[in-house]
Amino acid sequence: MNGFIEPIVGRYVHVEIEGETNRIYFEENGSGIPLVCLHTAGSDARQWRHLLLDDEFTRHFRVIAFDMPWHGKSNPPDSQYGSEYRLTTAGYTATIRAFCNALGLDRPVVMGCSIGGRIVLNLAIEHAREFRALIGLEAADFQQPWYDTAWLNRPDVHGGEVCAALVSGLIAPNGPEVARHETLWGYKQGGPGIFKGDLYFYRVDGDLRGRTGNIDVNACPLYLLTGEYDFSCTPEDTLRTAAGIPGAKATVMERLGHFPMSENPEQFRRHIAPVLQDILDKQRL
Amino acid sequence: MQSERMGRDDPPVPFSSDTVIAAFKTIPDLLVRDEALAARGRWLDVDCLLGPSTQPFHVAIRSGKIVDMAPAPVLMRSWRFAYRATPAALAAYWHEMPPAGWHDLLALTKRGQATLEGDLHPFMTHLQYFKDLLALPRRSSGGVS
Repeated sequence: MNGFIEPIVGRYVHVEIEGETNRIYFEENGSGIPLVCLHTAGSDARQWRHLLLDDEFTRHFRVIAFDMPWHGKSNPPDSQYGSEYRLTTAGYTATIRAFCNALGLDRPVVMGCSIGGRIVLNLAIEHAREFRALIGLEAADFQQPWYDTAWLNRPDVHGGEVCAALVSGLIAPNGPEVARHETLWGYKQGGPGIFKGDLYFYRVDGDLRGRTGNIDVNACPLYLLTGEYDFSCTPEDTLRTAAGIPGAKATVMERLGHFPMSENPEQFRRHIAPVLQDILDKQRL
Repeated sequence: MQSERMGRDDPPVPFSSDTVIAAFKTIPDLLVRDEALAARGRWLDVDCLLGPSTQPFHVAIRSGKIVDMAPAPVLMRSWRFAYRATPAALAAYWHEMPPAGWHDLLALTKRGQATLEGDLHPFMTHLQYFKDLLALPRRSSGGVS
């Protein structure tokens, strides 16, 4: 065999979530502290492939990225075909905890982007002691809507095209062209109504204003990093959220937008490396 | 720092309204030279109102190609949707490295520097086409500032 085989390994784990078995696809690489990565709304875990292949990070972290049910290679639960998908705060939280339990992870670090960043805040509010550290990318307790999600799922508008076109503006200009295309490709491949269903959590059910002040970073360190070109979750949204959480560390990432790990992996690496090092250093104390 | 003194909606790049209007007028020729973009609009037929808020243009698009563009107002000419942005916003949008928050058509509507009105169906079915169409002056000249 002459082809290069990446060290990423993909498998399925059966996870019981809210009373039903879900067959969840995940990819992993590395060993050490478990680092569970959550993809953005309407996409899947392929967004993390560059982090999964990072030689330095995977020396110290077991990097794991899974497709949420209804996304990527994780099908909808058997009983849910034909029903309207709507992600909720409770369901999302239960999914992450059940996945971590199914893999037997010992106090993992969880890093989520966008909706994944929002739910990380909820993990910090409700389940901080289960996690070693939490990292929210493009995360805030709330942000102002900027379009009507009804456009995302209707028969007279191509769902893949409109989802990708809407989020294309959230990518910072002048980044790597192929990475931009790949990021948008994930949106073009989403199932009908899935992006919209994820945004139910983001827009309606997952408003955390007034709740993040209870986060105790001594129980679990919290890092928030947001791209300067993200006009959906703006740096101001993140800084406002961080200001209300004593001890939370906030960073604005230059020349990045809403998809730092996939739109410009090299630039993202510059910002996430010190965070992962900080987590490692805390383990060694 | 200068950015700390600037207000949120202060023009982020220097510009003149005349230069912005002149740059907008180049879009039909730029589209002729971008066959791939025109091909992405091959299912699109629409009459719309686009351009600087101080001088918008009636734009007639047939099969993705601009077949007519006339400065508004045109007596009793109708349009299905309108996207109008301040000259400052278009100057920033066309900058070689657009400033954050001024780099996308919908970032501009969110910050109140552009308005989107009318029947949005043709705009939404061809959203990336319109984003790229209205960005053509950026690619051609590196901006107008």
